[in-house]
Amino acid sequence: MTEVLHETRLVVNGVPHTARVPARRLLADCLRHDLGLTGTHVGCEHGVCGACTVLVDGRPMRSCLLFAVGVDGAEITTVEGCRSPDGGLGPVQQAFQDCHGLQCGFCTPGFVTTITAWLREHPDPTEEQARQAIGGNLCRCTGYQNIVASVLRAAELLREQR
Amino acid sequence: MTTRTMGEPIARREDPRLVAGDGRYLDDLGSGALAAAFVRSPHAAARVLDVDVSRALEVDGLVAIYTWEDLEGPVAEPLPLLIPHPRLYAGRTAYPLANGVVRHVGEPVAMVVARDRYLAEDACERIAVSYEPLGPVVGLEAAVTAERTVHDDVPDNVAARMVQEHGDARAAVAAAPHRLELDLAIERSASTPLEGRGVYARWDAADRSLRVYSSTQTSTSVRFALAAKLGVPVDRVEVVAPDVGGGFGVKIMHPWPEEVLVPWAAMRLGREVKWTEDRREHLVASAHERGQRHHVSVGFDDEGRLLGLDVDFLHDNGAYTPYGIIVPIITATQLLGPYKPGAYRVEFRSLYTNTTIVTPYRGAGRPQGAFVMERTLDAIAAYLGRDRVEVRQANFIQPDEMPYDHHLTFQDGRPLIYDSGDFPATLEKVKKLVGWDEFAAFRDEARAAGRRVGIGLACYVEGTGVGPYEGAHVRVETNGTVVVATGLTTQGQGHETAFAQVAAETLGVPVERVTVVTGDTRRFKYAVGTFASRAAVMSGNAVGLAAGKVRAKALRIAAEALEADPDDLDVADGMVRVKGAPDREIDLRTVAVLANPLRYAFDEQTKLATQFVVGRGVEDPPVAEDDEPGLEATDWYSPVRSTFANGMHAVVVETDPETAEVKILRYCVVHDCGRLINPRIVEGQIHGGVAQGVGGALYERLVYDENGQLLNASFMDFLMPYASEVPKVETDHLETPSPLNPLGIKGVGEAGTIAGAAVLASAISDAEGFFIDRMPISPSELWALRERHARKEEQ
Repeated sequence: MTEVLHETRLVVNGVPHTARVPARRLLADCLRHDLGLTGTHVGCEHGVCGACTVLVDGRPMRSCLLFAVGVDGAEITTVEGCRSPDGGLGPVQQAFQDCHGLQCGFCTPGFVTTITAWLREHPDPTEEQARQAIGGNLCRCTGYQNIVASVLRAAELLREQR
Repeated sequence: MTTRTMGEPIARREDPRLVAGDGRYLDDLGSGALAAAFVRSPHAAARVLDVDVSRALEVDGLVAIYTWEDLEGPVAEPLPLLIPHPRLYAGRTAYPLANGVVRHVGEPVAMVVARDRYLAEDACERIAVSYEPLGPVVGLEAAVTAERTVHDDVPDNVAARMVQEHGDARAAVAAAPHRLELDLAIERSASTPLEGRGVYARWDAADRSLRVYSSTQTSTSVRFALAAKLGVPVDRVEVVAPDVGGGFGVKIMHPWPEEVLVPWAAMRLGREVKWTEDRREHLVASAHERGQRHHVSVGFDDEGRLLGLDVDFLHDNGAYTPYGIIVPIITATQLLGPYKPGAYRVEFRSLYTNTTIVTPYRGAGRPQGAFVMERTLDAIAAYLGRDRVEVRQANFIQPDEMPYDHHLTFQDGRPLIYDSGDFPATLEKVKKLVGWDEFAAFRDEARAAGRRVGIGLACYVEGTGVGPYEGAHVRVETNGTVVVATGLTTQGQGHETAFAQVAAETLGVPVERVTVVTGDTRRFKYAVGTFASRAAVMSGNAVGLAAGKVRAKALRIAAEALEADPDDLDVADGMVRVKGAPDREIDLRTVAVLANPLRYAFDEQTKLATQFVVGRGVEDPPVAEDDEPGLEATDWYSPVRSTFANGMHAVVVETDPETAEVKILRYCVVHDCGRLINPRIVEGQIHGGVAQGVGGALYERLVYDENGQLLNASFMDFLMPYASEVPKVETDHLETPSPLNPLGIKGVGEAGTIAGAAVLASAISDAEGFFIDRMPISPSELWALRERHARKEEQ
């Protein structure tokens, strides 16, 4: 019983990587364990909690439901890639600190990637829209109130940047 | 720049790491370690007849397979009974791997170690275990009738029975002008942190030392437990809790089977081994809580004043009792809330069932207690036709009665004596916040529009800051940074910030200069753990005391250097100054240098402290007899008994007339956790606690079928609330400092959760006009209740 390995090319946070992985290797495991990008977390292994959300060609997807070989050639953005160009915290990350939008921080990477993508299309959200935007991610610590505030704050920071 | 930090809502210092993906959680460590996976019982009760591993041996990358027969010495013995109690007369614990019998679905039967987790699971699938299924005991009804038993030698399934009584409650109830009997139930739920459990072990055979990383709420106790189990001297064992992705109680249990087996395997194999729990494992094989059934007999007067309260309840402890009977003891004592019960008697039986074990989950028996007490008071109000607020006011312990002795024994074995609180003032605040007196008008308006709304209120008192102790070490480095270490652990509570605030304030340094380490036995070896809303009370005060000692030492050394009296000195912004003579000052860095007389210099700062530069008189020893080198100190905080925080929740709900869906329109919390270290963190604790309270009241329950199969062991089926289900929380604070500790802190970790089921049951009952006696409640259950009550009214 030896597994066949497949060469898989991924551009992660702008950096090209090649990994040799079995066909069943999940994208989440490939990112975490083959590429060492452990910012992406796995909370439920079946696409419900959203902690593993990464951007695949700009769109938020659950990396625990994707095979790495299935996204061969894709551009992936993880939480590590949501920093600002100068290496400091990106606007969504900064907003989470400003608004106390995290406690244990385990679910946070999935929120950061989800919100980063969503704000591109919703630059000036209402509180209600902000709450809907995060409606597919589970957090067990915060009660979401400060995550909603973080979405609004991130939108503000992004508008200031423009 | 100011050094005033206590009470300031400063941003958390741990956040930059965590928001950027630079946190280091258990599974982020140990790249290249071997992976462990477990074969777990699919049966709730069965004899294990045979474990056939032959097909698994073909799996490429397989390293080892272990069953109970492979274990040796203390590892082959049952796991420890962590909290023994005289009333727990039939306590039982599991073996790390099943020894011939399994007693719940998910119990580990075999352990596989392989090159990676995929391969380890391949091998698990190929291990054939033959079972002889036995009839399982599922649910409290089956447990108490005891037609079948969980443990052969416990014929009535009763692990523990306990009675506490003050006064003659049964006589008081019998003699009271009014009496009510109630049956009240809460179903099973679980902590379900987003990160499950995990263990990663490294055995250094040459050094004969073991380092274990565990996603735990108590690294210090895991260390002692592993040293005992594995036969390694405790000084050769280090346990580190890395970043932990939530705990909420479940990770205070230890040592888990996996927590013993992973290091054991690492030692045997001489290889690093890691196990990361998956979600299904977490739901079937970690721990649950909440499942209890209560019977209440209460006697009261015309004003609704309690004269006698007699509570008898059953607690479902699952298959084993490693964590003792802490949860039902807490229910039995904390049920009383802010009230004087008249004469009080409480009795519980803790019962075995063939289900996952039960250990504390945020609130730890208090949500059940608050539900029982608050439902009872609502029932009394309804019976007498009085306002629910009035009935509560009639029973409150008054501020001038503090400290108030209930004449009962609390979970820490100490008297149940409330230290502080102003319950009437808290009630006034929450009434005002929710608009209690204006609600009737809102209800009328809503009714006119065809809407059903209701308002609810629930109060609780929470014993926090239980002992025995915590300690802290504080050191000022020669570069001016302050390093703080405390042994208890962190799972998102912001200890790196809050404890830094305490140290900064006490020492007079900017908070940015303080770093805090928690849960790492390399840095601090003695601690109890993080649970029971105790971290801020216990380690907060220990940090304050240790920092106070460092400050005193700094002033003494600075006084010598400045030729001033220590009493004339003050520290601010990291500078020691003579009061009224601001030019006479010395930097704390320099004081740190002077505190450690050196032979060897390694930088510009330390050059200032070598033997030819400084030194006491040539006839004096460089370090005085009663002194020690370094600007550092360790101190301990050990309270005589718990502090008691309190709070009140009020909610407004709307129930859909057709679908029976419950919508929370307002959720108000007023709480008193004593002095606040960081109001932003306190608010966050309340928000998160409320979310879990709401989840437990409306959505979350663990459902077993009659075979003992957990039917919803996934996040698809166990309904944790999303942002769409959790209301916006409105908060207000009351600060009555605890007289029991120097900082006046009372703790807040569980405050948001405790009242959830009670307050929502109260509001839904109010909206619907009938009494709700069990929680959680789903729309279909509420709909069925409506039907039943409508039929009753027709008859």
